[in-house]
Amino acid sequence: MSDKAPTPGDAPDPWARLRQATPARIGLGRAGDGLPTAALLEFQLAHARARDAVHTAFDPDAVAAQLDGLEMRRVHSRAPDRPTYLQRPDQGRRLAPDSAAGLEPGPYDAAFVIADGLSAAAVHAHAAPFLRAVLDRLPGWKLAPIVLASQARVALGDEVGERLGAALVAVIIGERPGLSAADSLGCYLTWAPRVGRMDSERNCLSNIRPPDGMPYALAADKLAWLMAEARTRKLTGVGLKEEAPGLGQEARAGIGRS
Amino acid sequence: MYATTLGQTRHSFPDLKALLAAATPFRSGDALAGIAAESDEMRVAARLALADLPLKTFLEEAVVPYEADEVTRLILDSHDPVAFQPVASMTVGQFREWLLSDDADTAALTALAPGLTPEMVAAVSKIMRNQDLIAVARKTRVVTAFRNTIGLPGRLSVRIQPNHPTDDPQGVAASILDGLTYGCGDAVVGINPASDNTEGCIALMRLVDDIRQRYAIPTQSCILTHVTTSIEAINRGAPLDLVFQSIAGTEAANKGFGITLDLLREGREAALSLKRHTVGDNVMYFETGQGSALSADAHHGVDQQTVEARAYAVARAFKPLLVNTVVGFIGPEYLYDGKQITRAGLEDHFCGKLLGVPMGVDVCYTNHAEADQDDMDNLLTLLAVAGVNFIMGVPGADDVMLGYQSTSYHDALYIRSALGLRPAPEFEAWLESMGMLGPDGRVKELPASDAAFRRLLGPSDGTMVAA
Repeated sequence: MSDKAPTPGDAPDPWARLRQATPARIGLGRAGDGLPTAALLEFQLAHARARDAVHTAFDPDAVAAQLDGLEMRRVHSRAPDRPTYLQRPDQGRRLAPDSAAGLEPGPYDAAFVIADGLSAAAVHAHAAPFLRAVLDRLPGWKLAPIVLASQARVALGDEVGERLGAALVAVIIGERPGLSAADSLGCYLTWAPRVGRMDSERNCLSNIRPPDGMPYALAADKLAWLMAEARTRKLTGVGLKEEAPGLGQEARAGIGRS
Repeated sequence: MYATTLGQTRHSFPDLKALLAAATPFRSGDALAGIAAESDEMRVAARLALADLPLKTFLEEAVVPYEADEVTRLILDSHDPVAFQPVASMTVGQFREWLLSDDADTAALTALAPGLTPEMVAAVSKIMRNQDLIAVARKTRVVTAFRNTIGLPGRLSVRIQPNHPTDDPQGVAASILDGLTYGCGDAVVGINPASDNTEGCIALMRLVDDIRQRYAIPTQSCILTHVTTSIEAINRGAPLDLVFQSIAGTEAANKGFGITLDLLREGREAALSLKRHTVGDNVMYFETGQGSALSADAHHGVDQQTVEARAYAVARAFKPLLVNTVVGFIGPEYLYDGKQITRAGLEDHFCGKLLGVPMGVDVCYTNHAEADQDDMDNLLTLLAVAGVNFIMGVPGADDVMLGYQSTSYHDALYIRSALGLRPAPEFEAWLESMGMLGPDGRVKELPASDAAFRRLLGPSDGTMVAA
């Protein structure tokens, strides 16, 4: 967007200043009624990256290698493949029968689920360093084994958390890729997870994506704060976010179907 | 119970909504709801049964119970039996053939609209090919007006959609001015605000109204916020042109949007009370989309296309200026790919127009749908041939606030040129007065040194006039 061809005529590009006010693709110029070639291909590159992020297969081994030393479990949703995952959100929210068996309950304060969601690329890039930053901020918490979940939506964490007997579940998940960012990580926190929880009962951090989005340390500070508050107040969701200064914007933007 | 026997196989459908669902061209949302036909043969069997169904069946059997749903009550209570008379004795199959015949000209279709229910038009659409949907929609004419006139023959209007991730006024103004240089904005300058905060929405209303008045643009503005926020803004003296609301085809789905028919009535009366309209009194802007009722678990087992058509019955009760089906926004669990999005866009436009609703289409897709800009080019071209009233104009097709891809200002230039379509007449005269049209009536490519361009964008030092 910014490396636009020189404007015809003798005046400087009048869009230069305006472009600083918005990330929108303004002042692209014209080739007849169509786009100049550079703008056309720039859009295609952004869309291609977003598509690749959606369809890149989740590699739980790669994430596990980054989390060496932590106890882990692997699970799969009921969606066997990407096309099914995209068309059947109900299957992405439930554990495959053979996955459920490996989750044994314990006296856990919290469980973490790393889920591919709509961008495995985001999870590969950001999930492990973000989780390590969070764990550093939770001394004294009794934590369940880390769950790595394939073809998973946010609500899969409800069943995982319920089976583990965890008081809280935090689902670290790849967000739907946009044209400007294909590797944006989100994190959804749910008190007393059980199948059937509504999105309004969760709190969300989004756009965890250094260096352009939220840094790991800041996101981890926010999540640790939310987890401590959730444990004290025994709730998450709308009731919690309204009392969290400085968290309102992320929390509101994040509530929605996932 | 409805049934068709094909060879040795008897296909049966327990009720009218099951028959309609099974007859629907395949889409992921109906499969998700568990109501799609189980095979391609079963789908055609349902169409065969549907084709033989008398149209008046839809006045006798409601797909959502009358007692339980105010949208059903609106549909049946406002049905006009006199207008219905010309087609009252037809089956769905005969109705299709009549629609395609020369007897069904613009005047006949206009007169018929109050006699049709959404279930009738949804039913006939299910036994029509894409070319049928285009051919019949082309003959309809739904003209509305606020400060200009939208929907006239040979015209195509464009919404400027200048969204910004944080509602930054300079950023919004920059996208508006960009759109004006492409001749867009005659449908509406309509902003999806990032925040629903009432004061924030009022600030955006003032911003757009200032630009409109500064350049004396014959168009209207809309902030796409909840109807209650618009009513509150009106009470606080905001310069509001159109009241916006997302609507759906069942009472329960509308409840999910936080609305009732009474609330829409209240919103319309509030907008009319401002008397800001000059050419006509259409003061509402509605958005819809297949799948919204299912996503709210409020579809009553009715297929998503039939529920969508019922939303147009809600719309027409409030004489809107614009109704926009945001066809590819909802995602692949409802419309999976370019083929399904294309079909749905043509169905929605056809059903809305036949019911007398001023249909526009947000030709759009998300990054997790199996679709790309080539699919959008195709659907845009098909809809323009079908006579769509308006489309969206988003800078570079990339909505940086909502995170999806729609049609761009460039796409508007393309389709107007390709089919010889012109803006709303009042807006076209304004473009002419600004020196922005060439001798052929098309929007000129303006060099930065051009006087018209500089009038809009301000001095070359970058000082923006608008914000």
